[in-house]
Amino acid sequence: MEFIEQNLEALYIVILCVFIGIEVIANVPAILHTPLMSGANAISGVIIVGAIGITLQIPQGHYGALALGGIAVFLGTLNIAGGFMVTKRMLGMFNSKK
Amino acid sequence: MNVFIELGYLGAALSFILGLKLMSSPKRAQTGILVAAIGMFLAISCTLIAVYSFEVPSVNVLIIISALILGIWGGQRMAVQVEMTAMPQLVSLFNATGGGCAMLLGLIEMHTWESVVLSQGTAYQLLLLIGSLTGAIAFTGSIVAYLKLAGKIKDVHQTTYTILARVFIVIIFGSCLLFYLGFIPISISVFTYSVIGLSFVYGVLFVLPIGGADMPVVISLLNAITGIATALAGFMQENKAMIAGGIFVGAAGLLLTLLMCKAMNRSLVNVLAGHFNKTTNPGEDTPQTIQETSVAETITQLSFAQKIGVIPGYGMAIAQAQHECYQLQKVLEAQDKSIDYIIHPVAGRMPGHMNVLLAEAKIDYDYLKEMDSVNTLMETYDMLLVIGANDVVNPAAETNTASPIYGMPIIKAYQSKKIIVMKRGMSTGYAGIQNELFEKENCRLLFGDAKKSLQEIVSQMKMMN
Repeated sequence: MEFIEQNLEALYIVILCVFIGIEVIANVPAILHTPLMSGANAISGVIIVGAIGITLQIPQGHYGALALGGIAVFLGTLNIAGGFMVTKRMLGMFNSKK
Repeated sequence: MNVFIELGYLGAALSFILGLKLMSSPKRAQTGILVAAIGMFLAISCTLIAVYSFEVPSVNVLIIISALILGIWGGQRMAVQVEMTAMPQLVSLFNATGGGCAMLLGLIEMHTWESVVLSQGTAYQLLLLIGSLTGAIAFTGSIVAYLKLAGKIKDVHQTTYTILARVFIVIIFGSCLLFYLGFIPISISVFTYSVIGLSFVYGVLFVLPIGGADMPVVISLLNAITGIATALAGFMQENKAMIAGGIFVGAAGLLLTLLMCKAMNRSLVNVLAGHFNKTTNPGEDTPQTIQETSVAETITQLSFAQKIGVIPGYGMAIAQAQHECYQLQKVLEAQDKSIDYIIHPVAGRMPGHMNVLLAEAKIDYDYLKEMDSVNTLMETYDMLLVIGANDVVNPAAETNTASPIYGMPIIKAYQSKKIIVMKRGMSTGYAGIQNELFEKENCRLLFGDAKKSLQEIVSQMKMMN
């Protein structure tokens, strides 16, 4: 309970984001579902923010943690860079003469 | 200073939703992805500025920068090299990286700051635990999905895996409960490592028995799980950009999952259980009376038709016949005929897969029609070409209550004036049932490789012009 009280603000964000997310994404037409998915995938790479934050804070001497942190940042970057680039490449193929 | 950082994160969250919003039209989608990418850049820059101080050991900074460079290099290579048919594999692979990142976050935190975690109270520890285990499930699950889509491992329709998967999920949640009730006397870090290990195994067992044509559901679901893992990590780090981003992705994944399930008329539980209701269909083995056709006859039929529709399926992707479709379209348009592509929501191996393939072949997206928008107009089509699709045009879904696909929304191809189905042979589709469409009076079968057949049709029609 104490935890909920402390994080009430974040809970509000979660709930509102769920509704906004569903509303916005429901409007994406079926022809764009693959780019939507790979784009969303890239957005989930925002977890890298946490990875960078944590890796910067690892105190000296914790080499194991540092290695894991490096891998985490690498994986996150791969997700973001690859995801955005491949989505852009796909969307570039969708053309209309009209 | 702090205010600017917070504003930066707000901007990032805003750009994510704006980017997704712009995806509602193919014209603006490219702008959308750019907006989201800028938001991501903003979020990363803010973090670097916010956490960096002179106390940070330089080796940490060095590692982060090299990881960033390597990641961008690797991601770019993968994004440029991938074939459009292999898109589902790539998306799974990227999803695995996101999940892996989430899992590692929990691991590092538990490993380095165990005493801090202990002082934070049960709710925080639970979040950390659930965050890392969902990340772990998404990680191995996506890797198995990747291997299956890339054809590196075959479908295994064994109920053993399904049962084992259920056992594991019970063990995972049961042990979490027991641990917090004090029945498991090990330290929280050891417990977290074990649960992550169990989740790895669960991820494998959960995706392994799921069949190829159900992959659109699984990919969407794994995407949603990664989103949730991200949001949980954001909760712990009190980072609102992470919460918002994670939740948006979770919502997108979940929405697509349900959409795909609906398009197959199956419940999510049914898909995850990895089996069709293989109710024995009476008359399953009776030989079908079909009418075969030839390339020459197809061309004659095409020349009489005015309004033509193409129904592509995964078979078209395997044959790589999308470019031939475009060639055919050009020939037909030169003769003032109209052509549409009618796409079933679950055609292909991920949501919207067919559209990307056709777009790759330079086919205008105005020609791509959704199933629902043309199903009422089926009688107006003079001719339909079914290329590598099977179950999605099977009228048994509407008429035969004993059929395992009964109730699934289909493209009502049988209502059109003439149908030609391009097929390699008489093998059944994913559902493993006979297609009643093939027996219809207005249906003809053209056997052979779809790409070759189309090439022949196109070259002969060009000569006639």
